[in-house]
Amino acid sequence: MENKPRIRLFAVLLKAILLIALFNFAFIYLKGIPLGKISLYNSVFPGRERLPFGEHPQAYNLSMFNLDAMFASHILTGTPKTLAEYRVFLIGDSSIWGTLLTPSQTLAGQLNSSAISACGRSVRAYNLGYPYISLMQELMILDEALQYQPDMVIWLTTLESLPKDKQFGSPLVANNAERVRELIAKYELKADPNDPALINASKWDQTFVSRRREFADLLRLQMYGALWASTGIDQFYPESYERAQIDLEASDEFHELTSLKNALAIDVLDAGMRAAAAPVPTILVNEPILISNGLNSDIRYNFFYPRWAYDEYRVLLNEYASERGLPYLDLWDLVPLNEFTNSGVHLTPVGEALLTDKIAEVIQFNCNNK
Amino acid sequence: MGLLQIGASILAALLVGALTRGAARRHLLLALSVLAVYWFQPVVPLRSFDFWLPSLSLALVVFVWFITSQADAWRSRQNLYGFLIIISLVTFIDLSRYVFSDPLFTATIPPSFNIFLVFIVALAITILFVTRISRTYKWILSIAIILLIIILLILKSPILSIQASIFLRTLTNRPIENISTSDLRWLGFSYIAFRLIHVLRDKSRTPQFTLSRSVRDKQMGRLPELTLPEFATYVVFFPSLSAGPIDQAERFAQDLRKGFALTQDETLLAGQRIAIGLFKKFVVADALALIALNDALATQVRTTGWMWIILYAYTFQIYFDFSGYTDIAIGIARLVGIKLPENFAAPYTKSNLTQFWNSWHMTLTQWFRAYFFNPFNRWMRAYKNIPAWMMILIGQLATMLLIGLWHGITLNFILWGAWHGLGLFLQNRWSDFVRARFPNLQQNTRLQFALQFGGVLLTFHFVALGWVFFALSEPSLSWQVLLALSGVSR
Repeated sequence: MENKPRIRLFAVLLKAILLIALFNFAFIYLKGIPLGKISLYNSVFPGRERLPFGEHPQAYNLSMFNLDAMFASHILTGTPKTLAEYRVFLIGDSSIWGTLLTPSQTLAGQLNSSAISACGRSVRAYNLGYPYISLMQELMILDEALQYQPDMVIWLTTLESLPKDKQFGSPLVANNAERVRELIAKYELKADPNDPALINASKWDQTFVSRRREFADLLRLQMYGALWASTGIDQFYPESYERAQIDLEASDEFHELTSLKNALAIDVLDAGMRAAAAPVPTILVNEPILISNGLNSDIRYNFFYPRWAYDEYRVLLNEYASERGLPYLDLWDLVPLNEFTNSGVHLTPVGEALLTDKIAEVIQFNCNNK
Repeated sequence: MGLLQIGASILAALLVGALTRGAARRHLLLALSVLAVYWFQPVVPLRSFDFWLPSLSLALVVFVWFITSQADAWRSRQNLYGFLIIISLVTFIDLSRYVFSDPLFTATIPPSFNIFLVFIVALAITILFVTRISRTYKWILSIAIILLIIILLILKSPILSIQASIFLRTLTNRPIENISTSDLRWLGFSYIAFRLIHVLRDKSRTPQFTLSRSVRDKQMGRLPELTLPEFATYVVFFPSLSAGPIDQAERFAQDLRKGFALTQDETLLAGQRIAIGLFKKFVVADALALIALNDALATQVRTTGWMWIILYAYTFQIYFDFSGYTDIAIGIARLVGIKLPENFAAPYTKSNLTQFWNSWHMTLTQWFRAYFFNPFNRWMRAYKNIPAWMMILIGQLATMLLIGLWHGITLNFILWGAWHGLGLFLQNRWSDFVRARFPNLQQNTRLQFALQFGGVLLTFHFVALGWVFFALSEPSLSWQVLLALSGVSR
């Protein structure tokens, strides 16, 4: 009779536990491997028109902190630059990303469909906006994007991005402490590299078990690629939404400040403006805001800004650009009140069209005068 | 069942399997199953219904046991123990509201003890009264079956469940503005009802069941007299409570009565099965669920090719989800010595629709075959003027329509049932035609292989197209998807 080898359950369990532990802790040493760059986008699925962001299941999209994976899913990564392309990067917040707008309705989408040319080449704009307002976040994205050979960078910003206390508030920034420290060192920023808002991963946090959510998100992002390819949808569009506030509080409070002097992260702004080395121009744009005509609109422009702070900011930004001779465009009052959607900076497609016309002019003007 | 509940079930089963024997194992399995009925029940908007619905499940179990068991069976020590276990655990769950700030086994705080006491007294009176009548009048069993079917109809029909919910909300002074079909989300009732109907129906066919079991029945081993602990554990057995499989009472009882000691080999086999099930459900099925066909995607997908991919994703998601749960249930049950029946046998590799239905949700199909299809066909055979093909058509169509309705009383489930009923009929006619026309087909291996391969592809796609009705809520959406799949509309 054949002797069947006896399986010892305890030994099996012990080996399994040891293997799991080994696999789990091996991830601490795999930290440097950019797993996020492994992507089905731009090969099996078309690249996304904007960076992945979303909290709703029907967005077919998700928010994550892995910048490698975010860029790997973006169409920019999979589009080799040709001689005929004039490559423009649009950096900014949710208004550039396009909350409530389809990809074709965003600033990048409308610029591309208007088929303009600059310096004898076809302008191709890339949407590198990302929801949440923080200059540091925008600098991080810009710094990562520069490897993809832009011909021009257009940085649309607003006052709410500038206060120093906002810089590490973005979850994308807080969860990329290493990258932030690199930025601080590279651009000699004044920010504290050991700011408690930055999330530092302990050894345990770097194990597979602790990072399981990150890996699940990476897989989910790939699965959502099928839905992006099949539907072209990358955010949830509610049937109705609450319009941006017009009647405002009788408060002139802004980040508990009485003056903006020394309160803004001008060093981060400066780093961004210097990041793309010559001959690539970086154009600074003060993005349009909602100017309310409702209750207490004599005190505040909108939910975000008291009049004193925003007026002072415009003066400061203008001075900053003219002192350094930087190309700057102040479009704060470009868009009428009814062309804002659910926030004082989110535009309707018509609002985006107004902005597109101005930005198209800026691209052509700055290219030709380079 | 979520991962926490599955983990707790595995641990509990391991402990019971490894540490207990004989009566202690049976009593512990009953206790765990009773607790699971409450713990697995999700929260429902109606106040305390996450306590009342499981309590009603157990009440039905006790009620059916009383009316199907011997007149003096309740006096036996085993049955008294069983009764004591059930009543003390349910009382403990209710009384826990006075001891613990958070509910222990229910999603929300159980009702006050006074209300619970009224429920118990009312239940006891009902059971005593109906049991007494049932000793004389056998039709009480049929009434009980009808009662279970009525509850199923209410739960499965959106219109009826809303009406029932309005009634219950009015009764309990709850606002009816927030009414929802989830008001009566009764965990596992479909499976509980089918197990109870199986016992009631078989008992009603057993001659003189209330007096003494016939020698023939004993010889056949058909429906042995189950003790209350055996019967209750069979109906609400915790691994198979929420997603089956639907076991046979007599087979289940045999496993319970057998001496069992959890061996290393048995633990490994069970562990392997659970691991496969967890992988199928929580990795494969849940990942596919992200891109599987649903109402929203039915209108959003832009091309024919992608619509097919979304449909394939659903086709595999529903299989891995359901068969994954079955693997987990079979694995956990194995740890306590119960060999639950298989529910799936590689259904998407079958070369015709009959084989598919013999390998997809097998225990449900067997249930319908035993309790509807076969008796219905026997009944039809009495009418000599009905042609054979017509009998096949009516039999297949009626059975599949009922299976469709079991999933929910909606037009789309009816269409899904009809799709399969007609498919089974056409396949039956085709098989007869081929057999008559090509009697030597078996000898041509190449042709045989080609037919087999083609059959697998055809059956898989027929089933996949059927899911278009199953997955969506409206026939108009299904029609849109079918047009898109055929390339007409996208």
